Amino acid sequence: MRAYSPKNDVQKKSYYNDRFHVVPSVPRADVQTDEVFLNDLTTFKEKFTVLDAYLEKGHLVIIIEAKNNLKAVKFLKEKLSYDMMMELSAIDYIASRQGFEIFYEMLSMSKHKRIRVKCFIEEKEELSSVESVFKMANWSEREMYDMYGVKVKNHHNLKRILMPDDWYDYPLRKTYPLQGDETAQWYEVDKIFGKEAREAIGPEIRDGAAIDRYDTTRFARLGHEVPYGVDITNGKEPEHTPLAYQEEGGVGLFGVRIIKELHEDKSVQLKKRR
Amino acid sequence: MQQVNRLKPFFENINFEREDNTMVVNFGPQHPSAHGQLRLILELQGEEIVKAVPTIGYLHRGMEKMGENMMYNEFLPTTDRMDYIASTSNNYGFALAVEQLLGIEAPRRAEIIRTMLLELNRIISHLFWLATHALDVGAMSIFLYAFREREFAMDLMEDYCGARLTHSAVRIGGVPLDLPPNWCEDLSKFIAILSEEVDKYEGLLTQNRIWRMRLENVGIITPEMAKSWGCSGVALRGSGFQWDLRKEMPYGIYSELDFDIPYAKTCDSYGRYKCYMQEMRESMKILKQLIPMYEKSEPQLMAHAPEYISAPKENIMTQNYSLMQHFVLVTQGMRPPKGEVYVATESPKGELGYMIVSDGTPYAYKMKLRAPSFWHTGLLEDLLPGHQLADVVTIIGNLNIVFGEIDR
Repeated sequence: MRAYSPKNDVQKKSYYNDRFHVVPSVPRADVQTDEVFLNDLTTFKEKFTVLDAYLEKGHLVIIIEAKNNLKAVKFLKEKLSYDMMMELSAIDYIASRQGFEIFYEMLSMSKHKRIRVKCFIEEKEELSSVESVFKMANWSEREMYDMYGVKVKNHHNLKRILMPDDWYDYPLRKTYPLQGDETAQWYEVDKIFGKEAREAIGPEIRDGAAIDRYDTTRFARLGHEVPYGVDITNGKEPEHTPLAYQEEGGVGLFGVRIIKELHEDKSVQLKKRR
Repeated sequence: MQQVNRLKPFFENINFEREDNTMVVNFGPQHPSAHGQLRLILELQGEEIVKAVPTIGYLHRGMEKMGENMMYNEFLPTTDRMDYIASTSNNYGFALAVEQLLGIEAPRRAEIIRTMLLELNRIISHLFWLATHALDVGAMSIFLYAFREREFAMDLMEDYCGARLTHSAVRIGGVPLDLPPNWCEDLSKFIAILSEEVDKYEGLLTQNRIWRMRLENVGIITPEMAKSWGCSGVALRGSGFQWDLRKEMPYGIYSELDFDIPYAKTCDSYGRYKCYMQEMRESMKILKQLIPMYEKSEPQLMAHAPEYISAPKENIMTQNYSLMQHFVLVTQGMRPPKGEVYVATESPKGELGYMIVSDGTPYAYKMKLRAPSFWHTGLLEDLLPGHQLADVVTIIGNLNIVFGEIDR
């Protein structure tokens, strides 16, 4: 039987999976093994419910309840001297768990320790902003909203930051295809020429590797050159383009031909490098 | 209200009909001093800025999305395009993050070569910063001198990997090539030239009256502001914190190297300028120490981890199993363990962090790139008000922001 893969995840997947491959995990250590983290966690546990806590690659990971996020971050900053927030963002688990995991990556410059606070929210749930504690959250939360559509409460300016304001859908969600969706194809056409021009212009080709061999305005056909913009569809494609092809009037610079005209029939191909 | 039509699009943030005396100036996104595609909407009272709204996203290529749709080795050259002034630091940060995820370590010689490239790249980046910043502020000749030395450094890079700007010279698990013959001698020559030249740059600028007038007490980032905005790198060190990840949370072979962390207590652009100049000297100091270390090291360049990393080329050519392994790794990609890592390195711009969440497949489940310049740009919102319009270019230039990594 074919392995189940969630339908609402359109990201690239491996084309082959070994059925017998057992995926190992990054080793997680018990918090007991690090004294500083243990003290911090004990102090933290007195105030907040900790759903899970473990050490992963030298980071203390604490999973808390989403409603406590602001208070917890504030507590960590003020009482436990995790004085810098380096990064915050969401991880899309809509396909598997119907929500987002939010992480706050914090650093203590005095203790030389990094801590990651995580919480889980439902897809439509709102999250409190930590902007009042760390100003960097101003832009980070905007980016999170822009990329994942996570609504943040009490943010003074929650609007898109990287994508245009009128962009449809959230690009970093797993449901969003890499090359953009249907709406993205029409975005620039609609914006620049208007919806009425859709039929005349056609959708934007968002695949950067797309090649159209019949498009003689945008693609060169090395070895099979044809004049610029010539229609070669419907059997009008030349069978052979002589090597001596030059644009009408020749390649001229100030009226002087800079490349000597080549006659294919008179030319010789060397068998060996001289 | 704005009358919106196709020729006059709707400008959010801009109120054209105002009752007060302020003027709204749109700075960028095609301003030569904006160091990329930065759009600043400035509200001016006379020549004084009352409000600044930095707007970004004009260079957004969706690298995080690409990171989730590419195998780890495929993504590595993409990281070059983040901070394209110092691409080795991006490559290294990414390679280190994946190595940590895999639980492997690069061989010593590879680590030494990487550190050499990193420090050389730091010099390249700082020279570029100095040249463009000085040009913004009005010192034309320094631009020519700094670019001359940067060219030598780029030649060294070219000698090593063939590329000048986007190197991709670091691989997951090591480096692909050993140093070419005589590279270390060339490097020593370059260091000798540069150490003289840095003094000359300082001679041109440090006590220059115009330079000091333009930089001193301009762009003061208070320590609280720096912490709150998540500043890192020189923006943080210029605010009185002696914090450099290479020293404070060392990675690679930095713990074996002897260097100092310059910092400034003045919190202004001038202090940060001095930090940059001193950092170039420290990088040269590191490079000098690396040359004898390189000569003593064993010749292995890639880590031995057959599950994740292809065997050396001669094994692939001679042994069937290595060839099969190589084929699987190239077509399907490595499958790292399940888990997540956040690995931060000190890039020339600040703390460059890679957060990788892996679900055990060849594609990262989540890739978050922490680019330091992102928050240094956000900081402009708080930093610019109160300054004169002419100081805007000083501050933008001084913060050393690169749009490749802000928009990613």
